Amino acid sequence: MTTTDWTRATAARMADALAAGEVTSVELTQAHLDRIGQIDGPVHAFLHIDAEGALATARAVDEDRAAGKELPRLAGVPIAVKDVLVTQGLPTTAGSRILEGWMPPYDATVTRKIREARMPILGKTNMDEFAMGSSTEHSGYGPTRNPWDLDRIPGGSGGGSAAALAAFEAPLAIGSDTGGSIRQPASVTGTVGVKPTYGGVSRFGAIALASSLDQLGPCGRTVMDTALLHEVMGGHDVNDATSLPEPVPGCVDAALVGARMDLTGVRIGVVKELSGVDGGFQDGVKQRFDESLERLRGMGAEVVEVSCPSFEYALAAYYVILPSEASSNLAKFDSVRFGLRVEKDTVEKTMLATRAEGFGDEVKRRIILGTYALSAGYYDAYYGSAQKVRTLVQRDFAAAFEQCDVLVSPTTPTTPFKIGERVDDPMAMYLNDIATIPANLAGIPGMSLPAGLAPEDGLPAGFQILAPAHEDARLYRIGAALEASLTADWGGPLTAQAPEVTA
Amino acid sequence: MSQLDRSDVARLAGLARIDMTDEDLDRLSGQLAVIVDAVAKVAEVAGEDVPATSHPIPMSNVHREDEVRPSLAQDAALAAAPDAEDGRFRVPQILGEEA
Amino acid sequence: MTTMTYEQAMEEFDPVFGIEVHVELNTRTKMFCGCANEFGAEPNTQVCPVCLGLPGAMPVTNEKAVESAVRLGLALGCSIRESSRFARKNYFYPDLAKDYQISQYDEPTCYEGSLDVVLDDGTVVEIGIERAHIEEDAGKNTHVGGTGGIQGADYSLVDYNRGGVPLVEIVTKPITGMGARTAEVARAYVATIRDYVRALGISDGRMEQGSVRADVNLSLRPKPAAGESQDDVPFGKRSETKNVNSLRAIERAVHYEAARQASLLLAGKPVVQETRHWHEDTLSTTPGRSKEEAEDYRYFPEPDLLPVEPARAWVEELRGTIPEHPAKMRARLQEEWGFADLEMRDVVAADALSLIAETIAAGTTAQAARKWWMGELSRVANDREVALAALPVTPAAVAELQGLIDSGKINDKLARQALEGVLAGEGSPAEVVAARGLEVVSDDSALEKAVDDALAAQPDVLAKIQDGKVQAAGAIVGAVMKATRGQADAGRVREIILQRAGVEG
Repeated sequence: MTTTDWTRATAARMADALAAGEVTSVELTQAHLDRIGQIDGPVHAFLHIDAEGALATARAVDEDRAAGKELPRLAGVPIAVKDVLVTQGLPTTAGSRILEGWMPPYDATVTRKIREARMPILGKTNMDEFAMGSSTEHSGYGPTRNPWDLDRIPGGSGGGSAAALAAFEAPLAIGSDTGGSIRQPASVTGTVGVKPTYGGVSRFGAIALASSLDQLGPCGRTVMDTALLHEVMGGHDVNDATSLPEPVPGCVDAALVGARMDLTGVRIGVVKELSGVDGGFQDGVKQRFDESLERLRGMGAEVVEVSCPSFEYALAAYYVILPSEASSNLAKFDSVRFGLRVEKDTVEKTMLATRAEGFGDEVKRRIILGTYALSAGYYDAYYGSAQKVRTLVQRDFAAAFEQCDVLVSPTTPTTPFKIGERVDDPMAMYLNDIATIPANLAGIPGMSLPAGLAPEDGLPAGFQILAPAHEDARLYRIGAALEASLTADWGGPLTAQAPEVTA
Repeated sequence: MSQLDRSDVARLAGLARIDMTDEDLDRLSGQLAVIVDAVAKVAEVAGEDVPATSHPIPMSNVHREDEVRPSLAQDAALAAAPDAEDGRFRVPQILGEEA
Repeated sequence: MTTMTYEQAMEEFDPVFGIEVHVELNTRTKMFCGCANEFGAEPNTQVCPVCLGLPGAMPVTNEKAVESAVRLGLALGCSIRESSRFARKNYFYPDLAKDYQISQYDEPTCYEGSLDVVLDDGTVVEIGIERAHIEEDAGKNTHVGGTGGIQGADYSLVDYNRGGVPLVEIVTKPITGMGARTAEVARAYVATIRDYVRALGISDGRMEQGSVRADVNLSLRPKPAAGESQDDVPFGKRSETKNVNSLRAIERAVHYEAARQASLLLAGKPVVQETRHWHEDTLSTTPGRSKEEAEDYRYFPEPDLLPVEPARAWVEELRGTIPEHPAKMRARLQEEWGFADLEMRDVVAADALSLIAETIAAGTTAQAARKWWMGELSRVANDREVALAALPVTPAAVAELQGLIDSGKINDKLARQALEGVLAGEGSPAEVVAARGLEVVSDDSALEKAVDDALAAQPDVLAKIQDGKVQAAGAIVGAVMKATRGQADAGRVREIILQRAGVEG
């Protein structure tokens, strides 16, 4: 190990050090590649590592910096990219065997933005197949393990990105959140993740799960790092019709304001239905949540309780809408233009055999469920009704935001569970997302940040903040304030307390 | 709300073009019945007067100008094809009719 | 089983039919991506991640295609929905890249209209339009092995160049009460749509290239019993005949299907509700694959696209751009221009209607305009194997040319030379006349000298004229015209000859 272990630094610190000439991007990138080489065997956060490409970008950045060229803030800071994002020249699988080895002929908009920001891409991170899952156990390429305890899940679907951060394999990562796939992994790995307002980040080139729920977002170990990446990713894109026309919110400025720890005049709403009063939340998770609320109060915030009665139906609506849209989005995996083919004597039989072999059980379950919900005679009862529940959830949020600036809840009901514990019980697995799903149904932004370790098991518990649509900056202000308060006591980010991963 | 049984799952699997063995059908139909039961409650809450939300953030008329942009080269288009011939994607015999 | 003729079928039964027409729009790019929308390119060269249905790609609607669809809807008398949206129609087929088609379902952009169709004898039939919606075309399968058709092929090849080309699908309401004229009405309806989309400039309307395609639904029901009205008799089971891609084929397919269904019904056999395919080679239809699994397209609103909400003012602005109904315009123009039926038919067939109209508008008579476009210009277009409209001559230039004749500056023969110059790009007719020196020689002294020279050269002719054989003057006229390279006014030359010969004409 060198005198400074750069993998432990924040992305903001790395960016400053690069700008000051303290370190080169090649050194930073190589340090992370070495770390990946040492520990990714057991963690399995990455599906593909691009050492050559990452170092080439790093070298080019170093040369340009040496030549005095103006560079973007995060230029030279390496990043891990969830395998849901299409990357030209790098295999893209979305965690599915049906796409094994697929080399896309184009870049996603966010991939392009990362390249334009001159950030070396370390590799592609593991995920539940097509982002269907909350544990990364449904990856077609084997599960990712939680760096806090290798027997436990790192959350999902973005378990690879979250584990890479928690294991110091990357300082920043891209995630995608359809029902909590950024926030729930952040919660169970003690990292930070943000789902922006729907349309705030272009979905072009993100392999679709449920188009009306999906949103790409930034993942980091600190609120500021996450804000920096959010501003790189966000903004209008003509290739995504649902992309918001407005400029990227000022996330970094909001995080700076929040770090001053003054929340005077801020009203924080605790959602009764999501705060664990009705049970189902682990004691330590609830305890850390209540303590965090106290800290926010201590910084001058007013805490009020709000009720969102229709949230009771959110999970059901989500598990109608998601499978329905997914059943259509995943139809294109038909063996004709790309991906796996199990050749039979007719094209129909070939499609049947290819999809039987290429898709895992969870994907099949959801495709069948979605096909059912959309089929003749059932549309109104299922999809049509679920879209109405969506309206009710939006109305509940609108009413709640009349009374407060942000809403808060624990991100997940429990700390990470053991690998294999829930894999055969889909409904139990689905309940992981109970607190994160409403934001996707309503399109509003949400953040998860560490609230501490649950005393009973010493594992991370997450704190979720939700803001009205377009008000992503509020997440960063409140999040940065809470983080500043907590880390002052912890003496550093929560991830610093994680046990060293042993290969 | 109608129950989802094994034969329904078999029919839906056909519609979704996923071959299923008897064991697949046994396993999945059991799990799916539980899930369908749980999600059926969506029909309980919203009345006639509640409009459906298709897009979380309401917008309209997002169009593209009618301007040609570069296409992929033929070899790039075909690069990932499981099978190709004469600049086209090759597929096994198609049963039935012209769509 | 007795085989019935169409006429017999129409005696026995009351036909009910409906037509779905797919119009390929002539936008520069596809419906949801920037790939070129052009017929005939090398396979899979007009494709991108969007129209190839690659993972991650997303559609964005083509503004021009929406405009074309709204204009077509207005031409069809449709209401334009304040908020319409796209839906996904889900089915697996190799030529459908995403394995769903983006179409419109419960909220089409255009709905509830009607179109007048003018039959050959002038009868006007009003066809009810249920809807006109926007969707995307599929790619193209080529079947290899066997007979080249889908049946018995060894394998198939897919080209996605056509995939994602914008279509408007126009669906009629059920059309009843046409009796034996059903086939004629069906044909005339599709012809009217074709003419209208051309007049609107939104499609090339080429049925042979598939830019206008028709599916014909037909059913037969018994004639009413005594005291009963035809409206009380329920519709019979219908067939939907696809792939009917020429006007003649539409007429023939209706004939075939009516006769086939009538034969079944009279034999006491049921008509099966099914999709059938028209075969141009055998002039018959065959059933498509029987549907053991009922079609279940699982339509739902396309989440990647937002509602189309045409502003009222914009719709009204577009309404102002809708051309007159083509058949009615033809009838009006024929009357205004005084063309015979045959003449008018030729003009329409030569696609010369608007050229002639513009020529007339530029100040010439209808007959003169017709003479130029259907005569000399048609000949040149034919030689060059191009359309009339593609000739490098404007209706204004043709009118100018005729004006030069009418004012006596040039004669017909010189006009043809002037036209040659115009077609060669030498400038306007007046410029060509000036540059080539084609003007008629109207200076009498020059003509008198030429006449004197000719008479001196042929004294025997002079004698004949003076003998009273005035027609002999023709030889001298010819000589003078030759000497003046055709630029003399033959009438004036003749007058001078007679004067010189001392004979009064």
